Amino acid sequence: MAIRLEKTFLPLDADHLHRVKGQLGVYELADNDGQTLYIGFAGGRSPFGLRGELDGQLERRGPGLRFRAEVNMQYTSRYRELLMAYVSDHGELPPDNQQDPTLHKLGRL
Amino acid sequence: MDLDPTDEQRQVIEQVRRFVREEILPLEANLDPDADELGPEDHERLTAKTREMGLYGMDIPEEYGGAGIDIVTRTLLAIEMSQHRAGLYAPCYGVFGGAGLAQLYEATEDQKERYLHPVLRGEKRGFFGLTEPSGGSDPARAIRTTATREGNGWRLNGEKTFISGADRADFGLLFARTDASKGRGGITCFIVDTDMEGFKVRRIVHTLRSAHYATELELNNIFVPDANVLGEVNAGFSMASTRLTQNRIPYAAGCIGVAICSQKMAIEYARQRETFGAPLATRQSIQWMIVDNEIDIRTSRWITLEAAHKAASGAPFRTEAAFAKLLASEASSRVVDNAIQIHGGYGVTKDLPLERWYREMRIRRIGEGPSEVQRLIAARDLLGGSFH
Repeated sequence: MAIRLEKTFLPLDADHLHRVKGQLGVYELADNDGQTLYIGFAGGRSPFGLRGELDGQLERRGPGLRFRAEVNMQYTSRYRELLMAYVSDHGELPPDNQQDPTLHKLGRL
Repeated sequence: MDLDPTDEQRQVIEQVRRFVREEILPLEANLDPDADELGPEDHERLTAKTREMGLYGMDIPEEYGGAGIDIVTRTLLAIEMSQHRAGLYAPCYGVFGGAGLAQLYEATEDQKERYLHPVLRGEKRGFFGLTEPSGGSDPARAIRTTATREGNGWRLNGEKTFISGADRADFGLLFARTDASKGRGGITCFIVDTDMEGFKVRRIVHTLRSAHYATELELNNIFVPDANVLGEVNAGFSMASTRLTQNRIPYAAGCIGVAICSQKMAIEYARQRETFGAPLATRQSIQWMIVDNEIDIRTSRWITLEAAHKAASGAPFRTEAAFAKLLASEASSRVVDNAIQIHGGYGVTKDLPLERWYREMRIRRIGEGPSEVQRLIAARDLLGGSFH
């Protein structure tokens, strides 16, 4: 398994979200230029898993964004790994993760 | 041997039990089922409470500001502190404070100043780096990381794996071979700063334990000065070995706490759930599971407390610690498994903590020395040294 998500980004819209399953896992949101804005996960308390989380993102943020997702039962450690890889590449967290107080003890890769 | 808690121990047990019930369980209702950390505000608030209770730093010696708790009381409290969803690997989410790294209490004054005291003040974090890709159960032979003499220090080269917390640490205790001809007598412990050139966290190792991951390290020509040799050169193995033996007792106790919780849940569910017109509790197959669970819990508790009493008395306790770790991890695995069976489909959902305990308990039979190694240790002591 690659450390970074390498799938192609898909449009964050109802058509594409329809194909996302309700499993647990991690996802990445990006703008239309492919710049990552946010890394998130669908955990055990997500009522509809990845699909529910991404539906919620579409509802809150509106159209015009892209996403890619990975089904993964180890969603917590995978989520942290993706963030750590992002920080290693960019020197800081993705813009929309920066205010998350739970990430104060993120490790380094 | 009287294994009943003293009145004083009962009071502390009750205090911690109430803390878990009133402070930890309500928070868990809103955390992700695989979470192993609290938000900073809750962590700070609860740490202040454990300080008020006089129980913060229970693994830290009293002369360093710890709670001054003996190993028997510590074992009894470990049984209580693990009785929640994250309890097996994150008892009370760490708000009772960690031990730091026990080996640092044997450090020189200069090393204590640079590493131990900052750890105790919460300013620095350390990790313990023993296991390598070539093996973890037999570190005396498996360690291939080398340290070669150079000027007033050592050059370290090699790899480590299954190392907890290295990605967040400021330094680590790394074990390396300093004399290839001496087996276990040729291993030295080094204090390595994670910002030293050549230190790299290569990747996260994902396991059944979703939240608390391990890491893989690359040690590429790191120069470590003599001032960072911990203990004597070539005496690192005994330092690691002592730590592993001592850890086995609270490690076993944590398993028992989870088993107790699973059993409580199983009994409650068996009493209320009806099948074919009668509660599950009336079915002999369920009754036997409950009884087997209780026997597993009580024998594990007895053997683990016996090990703690032996350790407290100052007598050798290696065999007893091995029995405790072996029995508690295997017996508690059976208890959790039975509890899931009694709960049926609900048992494997993330709505209940059982599925998390099931995954994490599986690791307990491998971590801190697998069951087979515990049997080996006990066999050596029972049969004598020439039979291994």
